[in-house]
Amino acid sequence: MKKPAKDGGRSTRKMSRRAMLMGGVQMSVVAALAIRLQSMQVEQADQFRLLAEENRINIRLIPPARGLVFDRNGKAIADNEQNYRVVMVREDAGDVDEVLAKLLTIVDIPEDTIAKAKEDIFKRSPFVQVTIADRLSWEDMAKININAPALPGITAEVGLSRVYPWGAELGHVTGYVGPVSDYDLSKIDDQDPLLQIPKFQIGKTGVENKMEHTLRGSAGTKRIEVNAIGRVMRELDRQQGVSGQDVQLTIDADLQSYVQARLDGESAGAVVIDLEDGDLRAIASAPTFDPNLFVRGISVKDWTDLNENKYRPLAAKAVQGAYPPGSTFKMVTALAALEEGVIGVDETVYCPGYTDVYGTRFHCWKRGGHGNINLHESLKQSCDCYYYEISQRVGIDKMAEMARRFGLGIKHDLPVSAVVAGLAPDKEWKARVRGEDWRIGDTVNASIGQGYVLSSPLQLAIMTARLATGRAIEPRLIRAIDGVETASGSGAPLGVNENLLRRIRASMGAVMNHSRGTAYRARIVTPEYQMAGKTGTSQVRRITADERARGVTSNADLPWERRDHALFVNFAPVENPRFAVAVVVEHGGGGSTAAAPIGRDITLQALYGGTPPLTAYPSNVRGRIADQQERISEKLASITPRAKGDRA
Amino acid sequence: MSYLEYNAKYVPTGLRKLLYLNWPVILLLTAVSCAGFIMLFSVAGGSATPWMEPQIKRFGLGMVLMLIVAMVPIWFWRNMAGLAYGVSVLLLLAVELVGVERNGSQRWLDLGPMDLQPSELMKITLVMFLAAYYDWLPTSKTSRPFWVILPVFFILLPTYFVLNQPDLGTSLLLIMGGATVMFVAGVHWAYFATVLAAGIGTIVAVIESKGTPWQILKDYQYRRIDTFLDPANDPLGAGYHITQAKIALGSGGWTGRGFMQGTQSRLNFLPEKHTDFIFTTLAEEFGFVGATSLLVLYVLIVFFCVASAITNKDRFAALLTLGVSMTFFLFFAVNMAMVTGLAPVVGVPLPLVSYGGSAMIVLLIAFGMVQSAHVHKPR
Repeated sequence: MKKPAKDGGRSTRKMSRRAMLMGGVQMSVVAALAIRLQSMQVEQADQFRLLAEENRINIRLIPPARGLVFDRNGKAIADNEQNYRVVMVREDAGDVDEVLAKLLTIVDIPEDTIAKAKEDIFKRSPFVQVTIADRLSWEDMAKININAPALPGITAEVGLSRVYPWGAELGHVTGYVGPVSDYDLSKIDDQDPLLQIPKFQIGKTGVENKMEHTLRGSAGTKRIEVNAIGRVMRELDRQQGVSGQDVQLTIDADLQSYVQARLDGESAGAVVIDLEDGDLRAIASAPTFDPNLFVRGISVKDWTDLNENKYRPLAAKAVQGAYPPGSTFKMVTALAALEEGVIGVDETVYCPGYTDVYGTRFHCWKRGGHGNINLHESLKQSCDCYYYEISQRVGIDKMAEMARRFGLGIKHDLPVSAVVAGLAPDKEWKARVRGEDWRIGDTVNASIGQGYVLSSPLQLAIMTARLATGRAIEPRLIRAIDGVETASGSGAPLGVNENLLRRIRASMGAVMNHSRGTAYRARIVTPEYQMAGKTGTSQVRRITADERARGVTSNADLPWERRDHALFVNFAPVENPRFAVAVVVEHGGGGSTAAAPIGRDITLQALYGGTPPLTAYPSNVRGRIADQQERISEKLASITPRAKGDRA
Repeated sequence: MSYLEYNAKYVPTGLRKLLYLNWPVILLLTAVSCAGFIMLFSVAGGSATPWMEPQIKRFGLGMVLMLIVAMVPIWFWRNMAGLAYGVSVLLLLAVELVGVERNGSQRWLDLGPMDLQPSELMKITLVMFLAAYYDWLPTSKTSRPFWVILPVFFILLPTYFVLNQPDLGTSLLLIMGGATVMFVAGVHWAYFATVLAAGIGTIVAVIESKGTPWQILKDYQYRRIDTFLDPANDPLGAGYHITQAKIALGSGGWTGRGFMQGTQSRLNFLPEKHTDFIFTTLAEEFGFVGATSLLVLYVLIVFFCVASAITNKDRFAALLTLGVSMTFFLFFAVNMAMVTGLAPVVGVPLPLVSYGGSAMIVLLIAFGMVQSAHVHKPR
């Protein structure tokens, strides 16, 4: 022990002292650390744990499956189909260009789609899935899966997307879905978080749009754990959303397709109402469009074609078109006058072929006039002068009131886009809207459904339905939601004298079935299915005196857009009617020639629940009808294969 | 001084030395290292690779080296002190010239199969050399100015190289470790008071010099200081690491989130989670109980070393033991202060727990000398 001995252990003691001092300092540092740990881990633990949770948990929405839409027989008319798409994660792919080139050798993807996807891929974070292409065929999907080892970063995925198995046949009814846009968001006051999902599909038009809240369902959520750079590490839990409710329409898809096919080539609208419960069996507008085009993102060419077509395929003419009802309005004028007692049912009015009203001459369609004519004959032969006379007696306000009781000039609440209210004008309306006094000439014009009177095919069908039943039939398009049936539209009695109605119905029967009726040529010969109807031809222009003098009144001589609208309303059978039908053919010419045959064919199709036998037709037209039936069934056969979504 | 100065009768020889080892320290070192293995397994997402397995191998190697060093009589190590110091300084010089740069610092020497970090070596050889110095220096001269300036130079020479790498943390550890040896060797307290005052002056100067042409520290070091002073200022930029580390630590609570359940580290919110910030993972997964347990293990190691030192009449052995234990203490205290937000982030690993080759082996060799001092204690 050399050193310690030298100073008698003084330095050793000093060292021990200083070591103890150091130990003391060390203990105080340790104490400080312990206190720090205690304050962070015990006292502030909740606060830090909250921060940690925020750090790692992200809530993502799971879009629910959209509710389906069925027709009255359970055939799917808006369905969800599996959508195969191919997605890429950049960081797994390595050389993106090389992988894409390989992908192109396996499946055929358009050049611009690839270019767009590539742009997306490099814009997003490397771990984000980017859709390269969707709506691939099952074969492509299989090919990609087989070649998976050669395609790093590429996955084929399945999602749901909307499909309309009946295509264009129900385009105006179902409408279509599309990705939610900023414009949609600005327009609707809806806090549903689903709308915040990029490209979330919402209903844009038609039932898809109006029943959006029923069909959409509610969002599920999944909580996912993310790391510091936002990469998804794992899913913590998931709460399934509620799928949208299924909607069953009153539409009969088969009948609808027939009507659509029958209207093909015209610019027209037609509506079939079931008289028992107001069910709309068909609402057809021609031309139509394929809603599937919109779901996939419509091409510029298709869009231009639809928009520049002068027949306006995007307009749902059956509910959206407002036409002067023409002579189909005469029943309303007659009932107004009869109910007021300003004319008796058998009282006659003299028709010289024109009526002068305070210096203005109003012509009857028959130049030579009908002579003395009563209610029955005036409807059967569609004399105009009779109505010129009785309308002056009853006045416009009573006529307008009667029109509204029959569903004209009223907006019917249907879940389809742009249902028009039409117009049943009265004095108050003209003063309010046009700021002018009502003139007697306006009444005279309105008496035969011209002038200010406007109505849609839907309204005409409702009017006819109410005439046929005496009840305030309300149209019904939604038959059931998730299997729960909605209220029937059979309606309460109208309160119109039944005897008067019976007379009107009989006269409408004569229109069809009496050899001098205006629609005699479009009659049904099967006795138990005979129908009652009324034709209408509404002018879209004034016939000038000069034209009248030159005799240029034939529609065939005029350009299409100046020709008359052809209208036809009917119900059948005359006894115990089951259906009411309204047809409007835009610029079709005369109602008896252009619209009535269509109305008859539709009615027969509805009554027989399929193609009617030729014996239902008058013998002189059977040959032509046979050809027509063949043509239409060929056309329908080319459509029906799309109806793969049949469900019982 | 030679072997013969000791009475061999009182010093164990051969395998009997094993019985005289400071066993509590060995057990405690093993316990701490095992905590490290567990944490390395956890931060790798439940995998032995890439960190736990190499760490275990190094621990094994380190333990063997420690035992070998412990078997060698302490006076041999005293005689080696000068050489060890010299070699370390040369290695630091070599790093300066041919070192491998990683993460902006040039700290490593590429020695083929393994990389050597001479600054780690330096921490121990400096303590060893200073202990030998004071053992050699007559106690009467301890506080003479020249004999005080000389060890200060021995400290500052390697510190200069290390600071140049740059490695602020290790520089501070070198200065504090060296100063500790000088303090316990009995240098007059007035020197320390002076240096302390000068140190505070320097800190002021460092802060004041920021943004001027004669700026003393690197920009990133200033940023670390700024971040330390107010981490909340820039939670996604400079303060990100410390903010996330504090969240991890704090969210541990009393008993932690459970082994392998620490979301902060599992999800990569934590920086350097297998090295400097490994303590936050431990604190997150095992909570206050786990964190303080580790702290207690560390304190016990220091305690047994100090106890061994003050009962050791050999001046070199005592100084060495105190120096090593103090360096060890500084390691874990600075690291823990750093991750708990009490000290700036200076890049000091948690001894025996953080992943790192050189540090662990060097530390175990140092403890080998502590063991040697204990075994060859004059009795």
